Amino acid sequence: MYKILKYSFYDLIRSRWSFIYLLFYLLLGIVLLFLNSNLSNAIVTLLNVITVLVPLIGTIFGVMYYYDSKEFTELLLAQPIKRSNIFLGQYFGVAISLSISLIIGLGLPFMYYGLFVSDKIFEFLTLIIVGTFLTFIFTAISFFIAISFENKIKGFGVAILVWLLLAVIYDGIFLIFLVYFEQYPLDMFSLGAIMSNPIDLARTLMLLKLDISALLGYTGAVFKKFFGTNYGVILSYLVLIFWTIIPILGILWKSNKKDF
Amino acid sequence: MNNKKWLFFVFVIITTPLLSSTIEVCNNCSIKSLNEAIKLAKPNDVIKVKKGIYKETNIIIDKALTIIGENLPTIDGQLKGDLFKIIADNVIIKGFNIINVGKDFANSNTAIRIQRSKNFEISSNRFENILYAIYIEKSSKGKINNNKIYGNAITEINSGNGIHLWDCKSILITNNYIEKMRDGIYLEFASNCEVDNNISTKNIRYGLHFMFSNDNSYIKNKFINNGAGVAVMFSKNIKMLNNHFAKNWGTASYGLLLKEINDAEIRHNVFEENTIAINVEGSNRINYENNNFTSNGWALKVRGACYNNVFIKNNFLYNSFDVSWNTKMNDNLFKQNYWSEYTGYDLDLDGVGDVPYRPVKLFSYIVNKTPEAVILLRSLFINLVDFSEKVTPVFTPDFLIDDEPQMKPNI
Amino acid sequence: MITFHDVKKDFGKLEVLKKINLKINQGGIFAILGPNGSGKTTLIKSILGMVIPQSGVIKIDNQNILKQWKYRENIDYLPQIANFPANLKVMELINMIKDIRKGNYRDQELIQLFRIIPFLDKKLGHLSGGTKQRVNLVLAFMFDSPLIILDEPTSGLDPVALIALKELIIKEKKAGKTIIITSHIMSFVEELSDEIVFILDGNIHFQGTISDLKKQTNQDNFEYAIASILKENYV
Repeated sequence: MYKILKYSFYDLIRSRWSFIYLLFYLLLGIVLLFLNSNLSNAIVTLLNVITVLVPLIGTIFGVMYYYDSKEFTELLLAQPIKRSNIFLGQYFGVAISLSISLIIGLGLPFMYYGLFVSDKIFEFLTLIIVGTFLTFIFTAISFFIAISFENKIKGFGVAILVWLLLAVIYDGIFLIFLVYFEQYPLDMFSLGAIMSNPIDLARTLMLLKLDISALLGYTGAVFKKFFGTNYGVILSYLVLIFWTIIPILGILWKSNKKDF
Repeated sequence: MNNKKWLFFVFVIITTPLLSSTIEVCNNCSIKSLNEAIKLAKPNDVIKVKKGIYKETNIIIDKALTIIGENLPTIDGQLKGDLFKIIADNVIIKGFNIINVGKDFANSNTAIRIQRSKNFEISSNRFENILYAIYIEKSSKGKINNNKIYGNAITEINSGNGIHLWDCKSILITNNYIEKMRDGIYLEFASNCEVDNNISTKNIRYGLHFMFSNDNSYIKNKFINNGAGVAVMFSKNIKMLNNHFAKNWGTASYGLLLKEINDAEIRHNVFEENTIAINVEGSNRINYENNNFTSNGWALKVRGACYNNVFIKNNFLYNSFDVSWNTKMNDNLFKQNYWSEYTGYDLDLDGVGDVPYRPVKLFSYIVNKTPEAVILLRSLFINLVDFSEKVTPVFTPDFLIDDEPQMKPNI
Repeated sequence: MITFHDVKKDFGKLEVLKKINLKINQGGIFAILGPNGSGKTTLIKSILGMVIPQSGVIKIDNQNILKQWKYRENIDYLPQIANFPANLKVMELINMIKDIRKGNYRDQELIQLFRIIPFLDKKLGHLSGGTKQRVNLVLAFMFDSPLIILDEPTSGLDPVALIALKELIIKEKKAGKTIIITSHIMSFVEELSDEIVFILDGNIHFQGTISDLKKQTNQDNFEYAIASILKENYV
C-alpha cells in the first residue's frame, strides 16, 4: 500500500491542480492576514472557507483522480498486489497531498505573521486539524462514489450532490425542523443532527474555539454540558474519526466486489 | 473679635490630642480584646490593635472611634451572628482581617453593619468566610475603600452581598476587590453614590446591582466573569463610564443589564466576550457613546419599548450578532458607529461608508425564537440566508440602520 | 495450466460469459478470437482476477484464484488501453512498476528493443499512442514470467515495433512460456498461434489448432474459416 500511496502522492504533488490549490491557500492566508489587521477576523473567514471549500475540493479531487487514473489502476490490478491496497494507497495519496497543500498553504503565512507566539495558536490548530479531517472524509466519500459509478459524469454529479446536501441542504432542513418544532426540547435532537453531518460537526468544533462558547449558555444546559467539557470535544473528534473510517470501509467493500 | 476666634481655634488644636487618647490592644497588653477597649474608650479615641488573633462577638460601636489594625490583626467571629455594628457617626475601621461571621441568612449576618451613621470610613480590611461583608443602612457620607472581600457563595438563596447599601446617600466606594459573593456591590434606594475603580468578579448574580437608586455613577470598574456584570434596574441618571465588562457567560448572562432605566450615560466602556454585552428592556433617553463591543454573543439586545436612545461612535467588533431588536424603532438613532462586518465602500474617502449598514440579521431573529438554532451559526446555509436578507430585506426592520458607518474603528 | 470450469459472468442483463469451460495447457501461444463484445477481454481479466465471475471456478496450476493475488507474480499482462498517470515520466513509471513488483526484470533490453530511450525523460501525458503502447509492452514483458497475457498487443504499433514484438513472442515461446493473445489482426494470429479459441456471445465455439479449424470449416484461408463460423451462428 505504501508504495501505491507514495506514487499517487508524488503524482498529485506534481500536478498543476494541487499546485493551484496550494497557491490558493497561500494567497488566502496572505490576504487575510496582511490586508486585514485582525487575527480573529481572519480565523472566522477561514472557518467559512474550511467548512465549504475543503469538502468541495476533496470531493472534486477524489472523483477526478479516481476516474483519471482508472487505466493505471487496471495496470496495477494485474500486478501481484492486493486489491484493497491499491485503492487505499490511491486514496491516502490524494487525501495526504490535499492535506499538505492545506497545512502548508495556510501554515506558511500564519507562521510568517507570528502566529506561533500568539494566543490564537490553538484556534488555528483546530482549524487545521478539522480541515484535515474534512479532506480525509470527503476524499473518501468521493472515492466511494466514484467506485460505485462506472459513468464518470454520473459519479461526478452524485459526488457534488452529496457535497451540496451536507454543506447546505442538510442545514436548511435542520433549521426548518428546529423552527417548526420549537415548542419541543430540541437539545438532544440538535446534538444528534450535528454529529450526523461531518461538516456541521467540524464547524461546531471550530466555533467552540471561537464565538460559540459565549453563546453556548444561551442554547440550554445540554449543549453547555456537552460542548463545555472536554468530554464533548473528545467525543466529537471520535465521531470525526468514525466519519473518516466509514467511507474508507465503503471503499474497501466496493473495491473487493468490483469488476474492472 | 478676630483674636477671640483665633484663640478658640488654637485652644481646640492644642486640647484635641489631650481629649482623644490612644488605647492599645494586643495579646500581651492589659487590654486583650477589642470589645473591652471600646467599653473603656471615650468618643474620638483611637484604638490600635496589634497583630494577632482576637476572638470577638457582637462588637457594638456607639461612639465616634478610630479603630486601626496594625499588621492586619485577625478578628474571628467564631460563626456567631453579626460582628461589628456601627451606630454612631465618625467611625473609622481600618486594617483588619475579619473572618468567620455567622451564616444566618434570615438575619443577614454581616461582618460590618452600619446603621444611621454619617462620615464613616471602612478601609483596607480583608473579609473571608462571611455572609455579608459590609451592610449599610440609612447612612450617608461614608467611604468604603481598599477592602478585599473573599466570599464562597454557591447558590443565590443562601449567600449575601459584598457591599450592601440600603437607603443611603453620598457613599464613595473605591478600589475594592470583591469575589464570589451573591452581588459584589448592591445599591437599593441609594443616591449620589460613586463606585469607582473596583474589581468585582466571580459573583453568582451581579458584579454591581442598582435597584431604585437614582443619580449615581460608576467609573473605571472591572466586572469579570460574574453571573452578569452589572444590573441597573428602575433607576434614573446613572453614569456608567470607562468600565470593563468581560467574560460574563451563561444562559441569563449579560455584561450590562438595563431594565426600566431613564436618562443614563454609557460611555467609553469595553464589553468583551459576554454572552450578551448589553441587554436593554424598557429604557429611554440613554446615550451610548464610544463603547467597544468585542467578541460578544450579542452586542446589543433590545426588548420592550425603548424611546429616544442614541448609539453613536461605538465600535462593534467580531460579535456573533451585533444587534437584536424585537420592538419598534421608536426614535432611536444609530450613527457613526464602526461595524466590523460592514462590507460597504467609501468612494469619496471621507471615512464614512457610502452604503448604510443594517446591523440586524435574519438569523438573530431565528435564534431569538429558537435558541438551539445558534448551533448553525456561520454555516453556509445561514450565510446564504443572511445574504439574501441583506440584499432584499423582508423580515428585518428597515428602519434600523446606521447611515454613517465608519470605515475605521472610532478611537 | 489454466482451467475454466462453468465460469459465468454477466454485467447486469448482459451475459458476457455463459458457462465457459476451457483448458489452456502450459507452453505455446494461445489466441483468443472473437468479434467485439464477445467476451475476450472479460475472459482474460477473469484470469487476472480483475473480473470476478458470478459462478464457476478458475484454477491456475490447480489453485483456485478467487480473492488471491500472489499468483499474479507469475503473470505478465498487457492491457488493451495504455493510459498512464500523465504526470509521471516514462523512466519513473518503469522504476515504479519495478519497485512495486519485485522479481527479475529485464527492462534495459526491452527499452532498447522498443526504442524508448529518447522518451525516458518525457512525461507519459505527452507521448503518442504508439509510443505509449511500446512503453506498455516494456512493462508487460519486463518480469520474465511464465505466463504472458497480451490484450490487443498490436494496436497502434509501427511495423518496426510489430516485427520486434513478433520476434519477442516467438523467443518467449521457445523459452517454454505460455502466451495468451487476443487480436483482431488475423495474419498476426495465424502466423504465431499454436492453438486458438473462438468465442462468440459468451460461448466457446471452437478450440483447437488453426489447421483443425480449416478442416472443420472446409476453408483454406484462416480468415474465411473464421468468417464461416460467424456466419453459421448469425444465420
